[in-house]
Amino acid sequence: MGRGARGWFWLAVAVVAAVAVAGRTWAGAPRPSEVKVGIVTFLSGAAAAPFGIPARNAAEVLIEELNAGRVPAPYSTRGVGGVPIRPVVIDEAGGAEKQVAEFRRLVLDERVDLVIGYISSADCLAVAPVAEELRALLVLFDCGTHQIFEERTYRYVFRTHGHQILDNVGAARYILRIKPEVATIAGINQNYAWGQDSWNTFRDSMRRLKPDVRVLAEQFPRLFAGEYSAELSALLAARPDVIHTSFWGGDLESFLIQGLPRRIYERSTLVLTTGDTVLPRLGQQIPPGVVIGARGPHGALAPNVPLNRWFREVYTSRFNVRPVYPAYHMSQAILGVKHAYEKALAANRGVWPTREQVAAALRGATFETPSGTIRMALGNGHQAVEGVAFGITSRYNSATKEMELTRVLSFPAECVNPPEGMKSEEWIARGFPGAKCP
Amino acid sequence: MKSVSRLGWAGLVGVLVLAGWLLPRWLVFLLALALAKGVAVLSVVVLMRAGLVSFGQGLFFAAAAYAAGFAMRWGVRETLLLVPWSVGVAVLVGALAGLLVARYRDIFFAMLTLALSMVLYGILIKAYGVTGGSDGIRIPTPTLLGVQFSGEGARLVVYYLAVAATVVAAWTMGRYDRSPAGYLAQAVRDNELRVAYLGAPVPRVVYLGFLLSSGLAGLGGVLTALNVGHVDPGLSYWTTSGELVFIAVLGGTGSVMGPLAGAVVYELIRSYAFKYAPYAWQMMLGAAMLLIILFLPGGLWSPVERLWRRQTT
Repeated sequence: MGRGARGWFWLAVAVVAAVAVAGRTWAGAPRPSEVKVGIVTFLSGAAAAPFGIPARNAAEVLIEELNAGRVPAPYSTRGVGGVPIRPVVIDEAGGAEKQVAEFRRLVLDERVDLVIGYISSADCLAVAPVAEELRALLVLFDCGTHQIFEERTYRYVFRTHGHQILDNVGAARYILRIKPEVATIAGINQNYAWGQDSWNTFRDSMRRLKPDVRVLAEQFPRLFAGEYSAELSALLAARPDVIHTSFWGGDLESFLIQGLPRRIYERSTLVLTTGDTVLPRLGQQIPPGVVIGARGPHGALAPNVPLNRWFREVYTSRFNVRPVYPAYHMSQAILGVKHAYEKALAANRGVWPTREQVAAALRGATFETPSGTIRMALGNGHQAVEGVAFGITSRYNSATKEMELTRVLSFPAECVNPPEGMKSEEWIARGFPGAKCP
Repeated sequence: MKSVSRLGWAGLVGVLVLAGWLLPRWLVFLLALALAKGVAVLSVVVLMRAGLVSFGQGLFFAAAAYAAGFAMRWGVRETLLLVPWSVGVAVLVGALAGLLVARYRDIFFAMLTLALSMVLYGILIKAYGVTGGSDGIRIPTPTLLGVQFSGEGARLVVYYLAVAATVVAAWTMGRYDRSPAGYLAQAVRDNELRVAYLGAPVPRVVYLGFLLSSGLAGLGGVLTALNVGHVDPGLSYWTTSGELVFIAVLGGTGSVMGPLAGAVVYELIRSYAFKYAPYAWQMMLGAAMLLIILFLPGGLWSPVERLWRRQTT
């Protein structure tokens, strides 16, 4: 072989090799350099401090730890399937109209691989159809309305936490366990969908479970009213055995701060379905004997599993406060997404999955979170079910700077969620058919 | 003068039509939202002609949006029916509210309009069984001439609907400005007492302006509803009305183009502020407003207007 011929030979080898390498990467969609995740949560406004910022913090610390490969099993691979996650954080303020525009921008302009977001139910309801239209993956992480998957079916929209039904069915069951003699109830809830749904669910569940329970007062002060002296007077005069409230954030704190000096807790057992968020904030101002919920097994009521101990530890050491339930909801969404990607990746023999494949993997999935095992059991596999736990405040713990909870009772998911295919209202009205309670 | 203005209009329509074609889809959506808001801002500017500042345009904005929502629930999906129906509802609300509100001026007018819009907000929140409360009502994709579009086609239909509505609104506004009622409104602003002594029907002039304003706000509302696909009581909240006044001041109230340009710029600033300063976007908007008040007290459009006038005279 002459010198020139040898040169041609090597060139040919190089070309064949290059084509082969390129061909491989073309054939199996290459792994992207990052998975871009839009994170939408309140960064401003009244819902920011109690919900939005804890959720943002959870996303920040969890994504950092995932990318570093420091999360305990079964999430010890870096990022998702070895690909780092990059969050794009957006404020949820501005109303449904602004959020629809921002969702479109995230998907079409920023080209995020999926969006995790939305605390407000109106935002969830407005954005979900847009996700379907754009064929974009959307994981709702905190909104409470049970309407979304009971009214319509979705392909690309998921919710990785339980809806408000379980808080209030659970609250009713808990009250009847610890106080079976209860005869009268009253409610004070904010006058908007969340408050109205929460009270209706609680009241109807109580009536179903103990038909002779009488309702003494149903109050709906406006959202962010901040001042409740008239309502407190009415509640004190009515002397119900139980006062139910789904107040959250500043309203819950105002209500407690105004109600405690008037000893609202002495005549009636207070039931705070979102009480977990105020435990670290109000410390020993909260008296003993108040029933605390966390919208599921989260925060102070989270199970004692390694993943939860780890999550609590990294979150607390970073932000100097323990995670409350919105942070747990965020962790469920992120870990659910990681689980779905890796499941799809495995099913695809290592080839990077499409959105549809990720959606298929998340549909009906079961995965571990700091809140325990989450099953996507309702809404055609798009809506998670969780159990719920309640506890009652006992004494102040100066180490945690929180009231301790006793008589903690957990209700499994099958006990506080309607079965697949049945609407929540119907389930309660028919007396909880199919509910399996311990 | 007329030919120059006609050229300007043709240019504007051309740009908007091309934009629907060329711009990325999320920007087309944003532009449709901005045009809808721009039409509603025109409704604020109509009242400003008569020296009245309304902080309650959300009343008509939401009334029309919910009218569309209810019509859809009753099975009406046709755009060409939905738009006149919703605007009609807004005008009807305006006709009733105007009986009371049009008698007041200055801060009393502003506060009364604000109060009425908050009354509607309260009703929408409380009538949970009917209005869906704070969750609102879903607006499915409408049909156009009986044809059901979906996906990108549906977005374009709504966008071009917004463009057409903007042209109609701007044309109406231009006509109003040059009509006796429009001139009288400006005279009322300058000296109401004198206009009354000249024998002009001041209450009727203000009432007419109020009707036109409610119709324009309603048109903006129904466009927003069709574009977003969801209505919630926030549309009637005072911050929505305040935003419209904000945009009017931002864009400039002297012309028809100012409010429209203001709405587009406002949406763009807000979107980019969301993107680049998620923790400080409100401050960005505030800073933009301050800069405009300091350097362009007549609004964003005022330099263009001045240039235009120099060209035509």
